[in-house]
Amino acid sequence: MKILSYAIAAGLAVASLTTTATAADITGAGATFPFPIYAKWAEAYNKETGNRMNYQSIGSSGGIRQIRAKTVDFGATDAPLKGEDLQKDGFVQFPAVMGGVVAVYNVQGAGQLKLTGEVLADIFNGKISKWNDPKIAQANQGVTLPNASITPVYRSDGSGTTSVFTTYLSQVSEGWKSGPGAGSSVQWPVGQGGKGNEGVAALVKQVPNSIGYVEYAYAKQNSIPFAQLQNKNGKFVSPEAKTFQAAAANADWKSAPGYGISLTNQPGDEAWPITAPTFILVPKTPEKPEQVAEALKFFDWSFKNGDKMAVELDYVPLPSKLKDQVRATWASEIKNASGQAVFTQ
Amino acid sequence: MVALSQERLVSSADAPARRSTPPSFDRLFRLSSLGSALLVLIVLLGIIGAMIYGGLPAFREFGFGFITSSVWNVNEDQYGAWVAIVGTLSTALIALVIGVPLSLGIAIFLTQLCPPWLKRPVATTIELLAAVPSIIYGMWGLFVFAPLFANYVQIPVSNIVEGMPIVGTILYARTPSGVGILTAGIILAIMIIPFIASIARDILDQIPSVLRESAYGIGCTTWEVVRNVLLPQAGVSIIGAVMLGLGRALGETMAVTFVVGNANRLSGSLFDPGSTIASRIANEFNEAIGLQLNALMALGCILFLVTFTVLVLARLLVARVKVG
Repeated sequence: MKILSYAIAAGLAVASLTTTATAADITGAGATFPFPIYAKWAEAYNKETGNRMNYQSIGSSGGIRQIRAKTVDFGATDAPLKGEDLQKDGFVQFPAVMGGVVAVYNVQGAGQLKLTGEVLADIFNGKISKWNDPKIAQANQGVTLPNASITPVYRSDGSGTTSVFTTYLSQVSEGWKSGPGAGSSVQWPVGQGGKGNEGVAALVKQVPNSIGYVEYAYAKQNSIPFAQLQNKNGKFVSPEAKTFQAAAANADWKSAPGYGISLTNQPGDEAWPITAPTFILVPKTPEKPEQVAEALKFFDWSFKNGDKMAVELDYVPLPSKLKDQVRATWASEIKNASGQAVFTQ
Repeated sequence: MVALSQERLVSSADAPARRSTPPSFDRLFRLSSLGSALLVLIVLLGIIGAMIYGGLPAFREFGFGFITSSVWNVNEDQYGAWVAIVGTLSTALIALVIGVPLSLGIAIFLTQLCPPWLKRPVATTIELLAAVPSIIYGMWGLFVFAPLFANYVQIPVSNIVEGMPIVGTILYARTPSGVGILTAGIILAIMIIPFIASIARDILDQIPSVLRESAYGIGCTTWEVVRNVLLPQAGVSIIGAVMLGLGRALGETMAVTFVVGNANRLSGSLFDPGSTIASRIANEFNEAIGLQLNALMALGCILFLVTFTVLVLARLLVARVKVG
């Protein structure tokens, strides 16, 4: 792994030599889930300022490894680091954008399905194995569901999407919590694995009576039917910008170090239960403060100008109150060797 | 071969008289080619070393149980390779069972039966198959082959064999999704056919035509010539070619990851999803940390060992033939 990071570092060094000295170049690496929006922001940012942001979507744990090895200016991760890890590594963590995970299905003649969290967990646990199970029928009155076996489809590659989905299942189902649990890859008791969102979507489309989970943006752009879910307040909601924002609105962001809260199963009548922020990691006392300052400048610019782009790509921008909190964190926590904030407005 | 090396000997004996470069250049040339050769060796040793070093914590933690356990639970940091080993071996075996007869058929047709005008197009097509990137096979397998396979093979076959002893288990699809161990084996078969077929063709081409002509001369049919003259002559070399194909099938990653179903379960049915060592690594490496990373490295060691054994056997077989 070390050899790989040296190779990447060497590559970056060459890349930075070949670009002009006037434009600031920053590099980040990590989570694949926010890659489309980071790339979009980077493109617009480059057009406006001439500065470049190069993001390598190598996966969250890769991003954490890279920022630990200091080969990138910022790391990106879907699952937040815990307070003690942030302390140990000397990182500041903040959310950049949010997204949702939805349950997609392929059931002939089912129309719009409604599922509760517990039913969803039981399906992926193998406890509910037929579509006409009374527990499913209870929430879907008037819908005729077939007497057919359910094929759950999951992400076979370790992913933040799986982490968010299984975190939610652990919150709503004791059986899931004590069974497979939450994580970026878990031991699935039943079903089939597809690689990436596209693998899961392909299997769901091909296998009759299957159900899977993908990122909202992916399901929407490929028009795969998704289920309504029951949220903590007992209301059935559809995944859409409004319900994602509702989930973020009620959250207590300061309750965890580095804003590392989970937005799954949030209270609120309109809150979509499987919403998740994705995070950025930067060093608290950077060796190259000017690079980190450039990175923060990029995110500050994106916070100001990037909301529309995020919505277009079916991501959810952060609430403006939260953005201000994040900016305050930058000013108070990220400092150069002489104790001055590396980035100020 | 013999003729060629004799020619070389003659020309190198002539060389001093015609030498126009200084001897120091000769030495430099020798050193630099030695360096190139050593580099490969160093890279190989480096890879082995890095994998053993990375996998050691997992072997130390689980001992021999790492190979025999079928648990793979990231949350509890419990890892075992058994399901992946079985998946790797069974997909490779299916690939051989399907791929070898087809490859031999292609090679025999091209060398013995094919009209000259058809020879080149067929041979080129086979070689082009070898140049298709494996991700393409994977995508094609998942999006095109799997739905067809589900509708026209898995569902009808499952309906027929349901409830029967033995075949009712082996060929019964609980969920006819089109992906699984058998699908992976079929895709692998398509991928290894060009390798085995082109080597087998070269081997058959090398058999002196006098043998073949004498056999026809005493009144043998084509089948008899192939069965009793050509195949015994080429036998061991063909096994070498098969081993090379097997080596590729064992290590193939991307295509298999798409179509194997990626489930960490052992099943009696060929239609059920499973996983292979390479697909497991491809799936989890990105997000692996701590012991999981070590376990994936250890999986890599096991795969390396298996593939290495297969390749050494292939070399030995081919070498024995050359000596004979």
